[in-house]
Amino acid sequence: MTSAPALVVDNLRKTYGNGVEALKGISLTVQPGDFFALLGPNGAGKSTLIGILSSLVNSSGGDARVFGVSVNRQRGEAMKLIGLVPQEINFNQFEKPFDICVNQAGFYGIPRRIAAERAEKYLNELRLWDKAQDQARMLSGGMKRRLMIARAMMNEPRLLILDEPTAGVDIEVRRSMWQFVNAINAAGTTVILTTHYLEEAESLCRNIAIIDHGSIIENTSMKRLLATLDVETFVLDVAAMPAELPQLPGVTLRRTDEHTLEAEMARSHDLNSLFAALSAHGIMVTSMRNKTNRLEELFVRLVEHGRNDPARNGQEQAA
Amino acid sequence: MSNAATNLVALHTIVRREIVRIMRIWTQTLIPPAITMTLYFVIFGKLIGSRIGAIEGGFTYMQYIVPGLVMMSIITNSYGNISSSFFGAKFQRSVEEMLVSPMPNWVILLGYVAGAVARGLVVGVLVLLIALFFTSLHVVHPVITFLSVLLGATIFSLAGFVNAVYAKKFDDIALVPTFVLTPLTYLGGVFYSVNMLGEPWQAISRVNPILYMVNAFRFGVLGISDVGIGTAFVVMLAFVTGLSVLALQLLKRGVGLRS
Repeated sequence: MTSAPALVVDNLRKTYGNGVEALKGISLTVQPGDFFALLGPNGAGKSTLIGILSSLVNSSGGDARVFGVSVNRQRGEAMKLIGLVPQEINFNQFEKPFDICVNQAGFYGIPRRIAAERAEKYLNELRLWDKAQDQARMLSGGMKRRLMIARAMMNEPRLLILDEPTAGVDIEVRRSMWQFVNAINAAGTTVILTTHYLEEAESLCRNIAIIDHGSIIENTSMKRLLATLDVETFVLDVAAMPAELPQLPGVTLRRTDEHTLEAEMARSHDLNSLFAALSAHGIMVTSMRNKTNRLEELFVRLVEHGRNDPARNGQEQAA
Repeated sequence: MSNAATNLVALHTIVRREIVRIMRIWTQTLIPPAITMTLYFVIFGKLIGSRIGAIEGGFTYMQYIVPGLVMMSIITNSYGNISSSFFGAKFQRSVEEMLVSPMPNWVILLGYVAGAVARGLVVGVLVLLIALFFTSLHVVHPVITFLSVLLGATIFSLAGFVNAVYAKKFDDIALVPTFVLTPLTYLGGVFYSVNMLGEPWQAISRVNPILYMVNAFRFGVLGISDVGIGTAFVVMLAFVTGLSVLALQLLKRGVGLRS
């Protein structure tokens, strides 16, 4: 086993034929065994990056190395190390899940007997074995997503790339998918995840890169990123709404409806003093929750900050 | 596993998948050409052919058109198989299953071509068996017969692949068969000898590649041909080489497949 990083992206660039510059020379490193989040708004360049890594998109410059193997110069060897779960359903809907998995293994040169054993293993683990001989088009949306994970595991990749794997999937299926991927990661497979469900990224991933307009705007550990968040917003359900909201030091109160308030406050502000102040003004809180998860707030802030950055905007206009 | 063994497994996987597909939709892939060719045999061979009498080499008109019709069904089915299968894979994006794998481009091409040739051969055998209900045939040159069928099917499999690579919608894979393949087939000496044509039509016919395939096959089956058999094989090999190079270049550049 090599000690090379699981992924090194080195000054990777992509300009499409219509002139759109999807990647502007990005670089990042993912260590072996990591569970890495790649986040960004729609059109940021995430799928282009994943497309280049999986050789579905030709890069315009730079290189990527998977466990030290160049995607550009040793494509075949690099592809043996990668498993891809794409954003959109991309299997033949008229084939059976078992055949889809066994054929995928065949494309990697895995003999049919071994492929059949693996197909049974992964379809079982993803709770699809009872559907193995049905036509794939008959599967539900969640089952189709799980089938794509099973298919991506057929070559037992050292780097598993999941491009929005839980889009449109119900919570129970999402949890079972994450249970599976967590187990795969614990067994040593490096995982790169893109998702719009930021609570998923927050709870699963150890390191994170945020990409916007083809550039990496943040690349750090999840802990370090979350530690930079200094403001939180709570949603408070109240028994009765006062006619006028009180002015509380260090807290901004907003009324959202007859029984709900939002309280935005510094993370250092203690909740006891908030409740005491609300009680003093006759406001009884019946329940409380975070308005958004912490990563979501940071994500929005980083992306908006990037868009308001005059230097970057100037570059984009010039491009 | 060695690279050769890995590629062989990958090749076997594509060919097997293609054959499973052909058999899964056999009512669309095998039955229609059999019905169409039966009608040709009844109408052109039996009803009209009986009034034409003997044609070149003392063969009945039915005997004369059988090789052409067999080759015509091989060509159209090889072409149709690969263009619909590969474009279908593009349309459903299942082609990405192959593109993200370590499989080299030549394995993808060879796998699809082998699948299409297999359908062409199965249909060819079916049509030949049907022909035997209407006439008797004695294959004069079995090796030439087989090689001409193999090369003819390969040429149009490769052409169908190129068509599928460029196609952006299903209409695009119907255009070539309608406006190019069918006219060339009908004008390729299936129903007549080009020696019957005057100039310049005879000279124009000789730039039609299908003429060489039909005549090579007819030479194999009946021992007669409008063109030199050596020339026919040179033309067919040239087309196989040229189209293979083109198809591999398109795959390498990712035309219609990779952004």
